Amino acid sequence: MTTTLQPAITILPSKKTPIILSVIAVIVFLFFGIMGNSDVAHFKLDSAGDAFALPELAFPGKVSNIIIGVILLAVAAYSWMLRSKAQQLATWIIGVASGLFVLSFLIWVVSGANITTISLSSLLAGAVVLAVPLVFGSLSGVLCERSGVVNIAIEGQLLGGAFTAALVSSMTKNAFFGLIAAGIAGALVSLVLALFSIKYVVNQIIVGVVLNVLVSGITGFLFTTVMQEDPELYNSPVHLPVIAIPGLSAIPVIGPILFRQSVIGYLMYIAVFVVWFGLFKTKWGLRVRAVGEHPKAADTLGIKVNRTRFWNVTLGGIVAGIGGSFFTLVAIDSFTKEISGGRGFIALAAVIFGRWNPIGAFLAALLFGFADNLQVILTIIGTPVPSQFMAMMPYLVTIFAVAGLVGRSRGPASVGEPYVKE
Amino acid sequence: MTKQKSESDLFRQITQGPGLVSVLGVFVALLIGGLLIAATDSKVAETAGYLFARPSDFFSAVWAAGTDSYIALFNGAIYNSSQGFKPFLETLTVATPLICAGLGVALSFRAGLFNIGAQGQIIIGAVMAGYVGFAWHLPVGLHLLLVVIFGLIGGALWGGLVGLLKAKTGAHEVILTIMFNYVALYLIDYLMNTEAFRRPGETNPISPILDASAVFPSLPGSNLHLGFVMAILLTLAVAWILKRSTIGFEFRAVGHNPEAAKTAGVNVARTTILVMALAGALAGAAGVAQVAGTEKVLTNGIAGSLGFDAITVALLGRSTPWGTFFAGLLFGAFQAGAVNMQIATGTPIDIVLVVQSLIVLFIAAPPLVKTIFGLNPKKKRAATSEPVKAGAK
Repeated sequence: MTTTLQPAITILPSKKTPIILSVIAVIVFLFFGIMGNSDVAHFKLDSAGDAFALPELAFPGKVSNIIIGVILLAVAAYSWMLRSKAQQLATWIIGVASGLFVLSFLIWVVSGANITTISLSSLLAGAVVLAVPLVFGSLSGVLCERSGVVNIAIEGQLLGGAFTAALVSSMTKNAFFGLIAAGIAGALVSLVLALFSIKYVVNQIIVGVVLNVLVSGITGFLFTTVMQEDPELYNSPVHLPVIAIPGLSAIPVIGPILFRQSVIGYLMYIAVFVVWFGLFKTKWGLRVRAVGEHPKAADTLGIKVNRTRFWNVTLGGIVAGIGGSFFTLVAIDSFTKEISGGRGFIALAAVIFGRWNPIGAFLAALLFGFADNLQVILTIIGTPVPSQFMAMMPYLVTIFAVAGLVGRSRGPASVGEPYVKE
Repeated sequence: MTKQKSESDLFRQITQGPGLVSVLGVFVALLIGGLLIAATDSKVAETAGYLFARPSDFFSAVWAAGTDSYIALFNGAIYNSSQGFKPFLETLTVATPLICAGLGVALSFRAGLFNIGAQGQIIIGAVMAGYVGFAWHLPVGLHLLLVVIFGLIGGALWGGLVGLLKAKTGAHEVILTIMFNYVALYLIDYLMNTEAFRRPGETNPISPILDASAVFPSLPGSNLHLGFVMAILLTLAVAWILKRSTIGFEFRAVGHNPEAAKTAGVNVARTTILVMALAGALAGAAGVAQVAGTEKVLTNGIAGSLGFDAITVALLGRSTPWGTFFAGLLFGAFQAGAVNMQIATGTPIDIVLVVQSLIVLFIAAPPLVKTIFGLNPKKKRAATSEPVKAGAK
């Protein structure tokens, strides 16, 4: 007779996933379904300039959500069952469940609103537009933090970029000069961050917080003393045109999202890929991550820790500065005080929610952009959900993320610690 | 292990550095601010056109642009010939919430916690204090007392929640507090648009005026209110807690080295929650000072940028209670004077943000200030060691 070795204690996977799934399923089934509105929610999929028109999607509120609720309840039950066998739910099932939850939420709010039709394609396209500065900001955060420097100053870099882009674009009547100047401005903010946190070993968080105030003060001061004196000359930036790629941009839904962007929008997709490829597929990236995880070991192997950090922080500044230029070169007519409106902090949240991975940060930024745009659209159609709660969502999601309720989020080991060679 | 090291470093960083460097740091920051003012001054630009022909005009214009603004600042903050020392009372009024919230931030710094959440804590404190102030109608004395208590509780809850999450899940307090700030911001925005908070017959988000029994009595003929006395008492209380009490000792122990504190029997989780709750209560007191002292009404913008100013106040005050008190007075003077400066010389208030942040940067990096003034110890040592070598030869 053979006896198989049994571990003394069976370690069951965390209860968090099944619990969260159950809560979601119950909310959808009861609150959105049974107690939901029986009106029909209409989602338009077409937009101007499409090659062919997709039909409108219509979901009867109550029935659809009861069905989705039942599916989610089944998923939750399945995940409890798996847990009892010490197994975990596949990631794609969690993904589908989250997607269903979002869909159910949309059906619920739209069917209960005054206007029961929204354009899904403009919702998504608008989400990408709102996400652009967030994506650049979060890439800056990833670049800095992967090398071990906390970048709280993303907000300042975005604001500095937005201001400089507006000023230079107005004065030179050339949007591309504005774009370049924004990158330089972001790099300047980064240089201060690098100087103080690397050379003078000042706490990185202190420098970041103070830099945000400093940039806000300088741009606010110059806005009043320079821009408002002669807005015609200093604050009427030439905008970057939206370039529609012929053919591809006419694909419904996807076209406006991917192929009807400004230069900065296309640059965003390229930047996400380049940063991801650079960090995870090249020698440079390996070195950067080594510096962020274990600077002493990296130093022993001959990697210049502080030099690596310096260049990464500078690069991060350029990226965030370019992201900031999106405000004044694409999205908004001219610069106003505090134009970045705290988006640097949402970008920071995207870094964490995306687990310090460029693609994760990109997706998180898209999610936050989606929440942001949804809030705008929901205000227009007049829903029962106060817009403030929608606006709160990115922050609440981040709190849950860092508190480990939605999977633990852990940063590079040596982030925030200055490296002083012994 | 390295993590604790960095946190005790944080405290050392904030507290170290001689007074001389602080004074020089303030001086350099003011100088840069002055140059920024001069650079955008129209008279300076005009004289720069014939700089080489008559350089004296240019330099006197630069000097005038900078000094005029700072004199106007001084006149608005401390003393002017027409009002005497009345502006100084305004400085004290503006400083009151800065001191309270600054004390909260300083206390958490001492325990090694990077509390950026004063803004949210002030908001929640002000919301609760304000609601008690305008919705309840109670006898004189009791009403104000409850306003203060509820304000403190509001801040303590918002701060304590962060402490709880940090203690239980290990989430970093910087991220938590930043996120809680925004949640608070949207929460007050929502509340101010509800029937319960909005003034009847008003479409703008503004609350009813607080009852006369719910506001701090103020000095006749000025805005200075009893909240300033509260700020002094809180400073004394924080000084006592840190220096004399057991929990204060535990705070500092955790701030220096949480592992060692744990080994010595300190309950680190409990201490973290307690510190954040106390820091929140102090920030809540700033909310009370705003809603029941200065503004007497609750609005979305009740906290202004106080929460972020409080961080700079605590940093400038090197996280000591009395240091924070005087840093609060200095920044209060800047902000009170800036209003007069903008009216008198047209220099935007934003210059105060620039000067404040530069001060903190310079004070945080003593070596930089020493380099600017040629006080670097390395060079000195090199200079003094030479004769010794020469003697040895």
